[in-house]
Amino acid sequence: MAADIVLKVQNVSKRFSRGEMHDSLRDFVPSLFARLSGRARTGSVTSKDFWALQDVSFELNRGEAFGIIGANGAGKSTILKLITGIMKPTTGRVELNGRLSALIEVGAGFHPDLTGRENIYLNGTILGMRRAEIDRKFDAIVEFSGLADFIDTPVKRYSTGMYARLGFSVAAHVDPDILIVDEVLSVGDIVFQNRCLEKMNRIIRSGATVIFVSHNLRAIAELCPRSILLEHGKVTATGPSQEVLRAYLESSGQEGRHARSKDLIISGVKVRGSHSEGVTFNSGEKVWVDVEIECTGGSEPCSVVLFVNDDRQYEVFHTSTEYLGYPPISLKPGERFACTFEMDLNLAGGTFYFGILLYRFNIEKIVDRFFPAATIFVNSLPEVRGVVNPHPSITAFGPVAEIEPTKEAIKQ
Amino acid sequence: MSSSPNLRGALQELVARRDLLYMIAWREIKIRYKQSVMGFMWAILLPSVVVAAGVIVRYGMSTLSGKSISGQEIAGITVKGLVWAFFAGALRFSSTSLIGNPNLVTKIYMPREIFPLATILSQLLDLGVASCLVTVVFAVTRLGGSWQLFWVPILLAITVVLATGWALLISAACLFFRDVKYLVEVVITFAIFVTPVFYDVEMFKKWSNFLLLNPLAPLIEGLEKCIVYETSPSLPWVLYSGAIALASLLAGFYFFKKWEPAFAESI
Repeated sequence: MAADIVLKVQNVSKRFSRGEMHDSLRDFVPSLFARLSGRARTGSVTSKDFWALQDVSFELNRGEAFGIIGANGAGKSTILKLITGIMKPTTGRVELNGRLSALIEVGAGFHPDLTGRENIYLNGTILGMRRAEIDRKFDAIVEFSGLADFIDTPVKRYSTGMYARLGFSVAAHVDPDILIVDEVLSVGDIVFQNRCLEKMNRIIRSGATVIFVSHNLRAIAELCPRSILLEHGKVTATGPSQEVLRAYLESSGQEGRHARSKDLIISGVKVRGSHSEGVTFNSGEKVWVDVEIECTGGSEPCSVVLFVNDDRQYEVFHTSTEYLGYPPISLKPGERFACTFEMDLNLAGGTFYFGILLYRFNIEKIVDRFFPAATIFVNSLPEVRGVVNPHPSITAFGPVAEIEPTKEAIKQ
Repeated sequence: MSSSPNLRGALQELVARRDLLYMIAWREIKIRYKQSVMGFMWAILLPSVVVAAGVIVRYGMSTLSGKSISGQEIAGITVKGLVWAFFAGALRFSSTSLIGNPNLVTKIYMPREIFPLATILSQLLDLGVASCLVTVVFAVTRLGGSWQLFWVPILLAITVVLATGWALLISAACLFFRDVKYLVEVVITFAIFVTPVFYDVEMFKKWSNFLLLNPLAPLIEGLEKCIVYETSPSLPWVLYSGAIALASLLAGFYFFKKWEPAFAESI
C-alpha cells in the first residue's frame, strides 16, 4: 500500500443472512438433526440472504476529508463497521494504515453508575487511548465538555446533552490518524452540533483523515471535498462532493411527485441559473423558477405560491404572484399556463427545498401542492454561515478614540 | 468464518490494549463493590458459603464413620472451597461477559477477548481478598507454611489458565446460543459433586484415578496437600492438568478469534 494511502477498500461485499437464525441450542440442535437426516429443504436459507454492500471500492489519502452519502438503509453504517473491524467483509479487502477512532456512537461504554471522571478513563481506553495519555489530556477533555462542576457526579444524573458533551469531548481528544464520524451531529442541540462541526474542522485542518457519514448534506459539503454516494449497497457516484450531492439530490428528488388527481395541477417546476440548469448554484446568483400549470377539469381562480425550506424543513421565505401584484389565474379545461419567478439567491451554503402551491387567497384553499418541487444546493461561502446570505461586509475596523472618563473616576 | 485467525497478531493487539483490559476489569470490580453495601464482603460471601457447606457435609460424614472432624480437614475444605468459588465464579460470569456489553460489541472495535479476560481478573481479585483472610487465619493457627508452598503459584496459574480457556469458549458460545448460559449454570451446580471439594479422592480408593480425570481435581487436591498437609502434589497428575489447561487456552483463544468476526451481527 502506498505511503500516503491510509485506507483502501477493495471490492468489498457484505452479506447478511435473513434466513433461519438460531439463537438457542434448543432450536439449533433439532434443526441440525433435521439437516443431517436430509429432511430440511435445502436452498431456503440462501434465498433469504441479503447483500448490504456489493462491490464497494474506494481509497483515502492521508489528510483527506471524505464523505459517504446515502439514504437510510443504503449501507452506510455497514461500510463503517467493516472499516473499523467490527464486522468482516464477506468478500473483498479492507486495508488500514494508522490509528483509527470511530465516533459511531458518542458515549458508548459509559457506565451510568460511574462518575464523569471514571467514565472519561473508561471511554478513553475503549477508544484506544493509553491511561497515561488520558492523564495528560484529562484537563483539556473536562474543559471542552464544560462539565468541570459535575465531573465527580455519576453520569446517570447527567442530562442527555451533558452525556453527549462528555462523550464527544473524550472522542475528540483521541488524536487518531483516521477519524470516523457517523451521524453524531444529529443528536444534541444546535449549539452542540456547531461546536462538534467546529472541532471536526479543526481536526481536519490538523492533518487527520476523516470519514464523515451524515444526513446533514450542508456539513458534508463544507467539510469534505470528496465523497461517494451509496445506493442500495452499491457505489453510484464518486468524486467531488458537489457532484455527488447533485447525483444524490437528483435521485432522491424523483420520489417527491404529487398525485395527479386534481382538475388544476402544477405540471412542471424548474429552477435555472444564468448559466446552469440543475441543482448547484452559487450564493447570490440570479435564479429563475419556471412554473407550469395545467387545467384538466373544472377550474378555479388561484395564485402561484413559491416557498423555500432549509434542510431542517423550516421555511426560509415564501412569495406569490398575488404578493407580487398579479391577478389570480383562471384557466379553461385543456389550457396551460406558465409563470417565472426571478430572484437573487441570497442564501448561505446548504440544501434548500423549493415548493409550489396553487392557492386561493380569498378562501384560503390549497388547490394543489408540489413539494419538494426542486431541491437545490447552494455552494458554501467562507464569509457566511447559516441560512441566508445578506452579503455582509465590514465598513469600519480599527481602534476608536478613548472613552471619556466619568466624573467618579476623575474624583478617585 | 472459514479462514483461520492470526493468533500472533491477536496476541500483539491484546498486549497493545492492556490498559483497556485493566479498565474493563476495574469497571467490573468497581460496579460490583459500588452497588453493594457489603463492599468487600462480596469477595468472601460465595467462598464462605461453599466452605460452610463443605464443613457440614464433612461433619455429617465424620459422625457416620465415628471419627471426629479435624482442624486440618476444615482447613483443607477452606482451601478447596476458595479455589472452587473462583473457578465457578469465573465460568458463571464469563457467560454474560459478552452479551452483557452489546453496545461495545456492536458499536466499537476492540479485541473482544478482553471481556472474558476482565471477568477472570475480577474473580482473581475476589480470590485474592479471600485468600488474604485465610492466610491470616492459617498464620495464627500455625497451619501449613512449609517449603511445599512453592507449588501454590504453579497450581494456581494452571487453574487460571484452565478457567481462561473455558471462559473464552463459554462467553462466545453464549453469544450465539442464549441458552448456553443455563446449561453452564446447571453444569456448575452439579460439577461440585464430581470435583473433590467436599471430599478427598482417596476416599474412593481404586476409583480415585477416575475422579482425577477432571482436570480441576488434581489442582484442588494438590493445593490442599501442599498448603495443609505439607506434602507435594502428584507430579504426573499436575502435568496432566497443565496439559489440559494449555490445550483449553489455545483452543479457547483459537475458536474465540475464529468466531469473533460474526459477533457483531449475531449478538
